[in-house]
Amino acid sequence: MDRDKSMPAAGNYMRLQFPSRSENESLARVAVAAFAAQLDPTLEQLTELKTAVSEAVTNAIIHGYEDGEGEVRISCSLHEGAIEIVVEDDGRGIEDIDLARQPMYTSRPDLERSGMGLTIMESFVDELAIDSAPGRGTRVRMRKHIAPVMAQ
Amino acid sequence: MAIESSVLDGVLVVRMRGDLDHHAVERIRDEIERELRATGYRALVLSFRDIDFMDSSGLGLILGRYRSVTQHGGRLALCEVGEPLRRLFELSGILKIVSVYESEEAAIRAVKEA
Ligand SMILES: Nc1ncnc2c1ncn2[C@@H]1O[C@H](COP(=O)(O)OP(=O)(O)OP(=O)(O)O)[C@@H](O)[C@H]1O
Ligand SMILES: [Mg+2]
Repeated sequence: MDRDKSMPAAGNYMRLQFPSRSENESLARVAVAAFAAQLDPTLEQLTELKTAVSEAVTNAIIHGYEDGEGEVRISCSLHEGAIEIVVEDDGRGIEDIDLARQPMYTSRPDLERSGMGLTIMESFVDELAIDSAPGRGTRVRMRKHIAPVMAQ
Repeated sequence: MAIESSVLDGVLVVRMRGDLDHHAVERIRDEIERELRATGYRALVLSFRDIDFMDSSGLGLILGRYRSVTQHGGRLALCEVGEPLRRLFELSGILKIVSVYESEEAAIRAVKEA
């Protein structure tokens, strides 16, 4: 299959929603990777994207909805050679985002979590923004540059 | 995710296959612990040869087994960590705690000497 590489995929988007069950973690990774393929990422970039998505979705499942099941929503969009991924939950929220972002901070050492998820996300994407309200939910927005910006 | 384990000279060798994420770790952790108990927590080698993907859940699995093995005076080594997993290992600082070997044989040798 031959794609016209001079056509930037800007404007394209994809949405996905699923219950917070761990078997959906791989679905989320595969779906985002397939969507990102339009930007011709390297294998390394794909691994970074899949890892960052996996971290965000796992956090929604184990922390956001720690007391039960809820809905996880993902939206992806393409912007001139970059991909933006938003992962949202309506779970318990994060009280102190600065503390949460510290390497090795975890609220659940009892679950053998090591507090590295947000640090991994930070280093595998170009921008990471977290919005959260205790009792309402968490929204994680990631942006990663993939392809060289093409002239219109 | 599937695991295949064998005991070689008192060393428990666990080969994992597939994606090492939260879903997988929840399924294999107890199985590895059970086998550790049966072999007296002496020595554990975790092989990453057939792991295509791993995230922080895999780091938690390694650190958790490191804790249970060392608490019993045993040793842990990892082997055959592929290129896609390397950055995660480096970033996490886990290499300061656990050694990674090129081959299963080298890892087995390392945990036996001590
Ligand atoms: N979606 C979320 N909802 C509620 N709390 C969250 C969410 N995401 C992160 N947190 C909080 O931020 C902390 C740090 O998250 P991070 O992913 O860095 O570590 P972890 O999930 O605890 O461990 P690891 O990711 O290494 O398994 C969590 O322990 C949790 O308290
Ligand atoms: Mg996490």
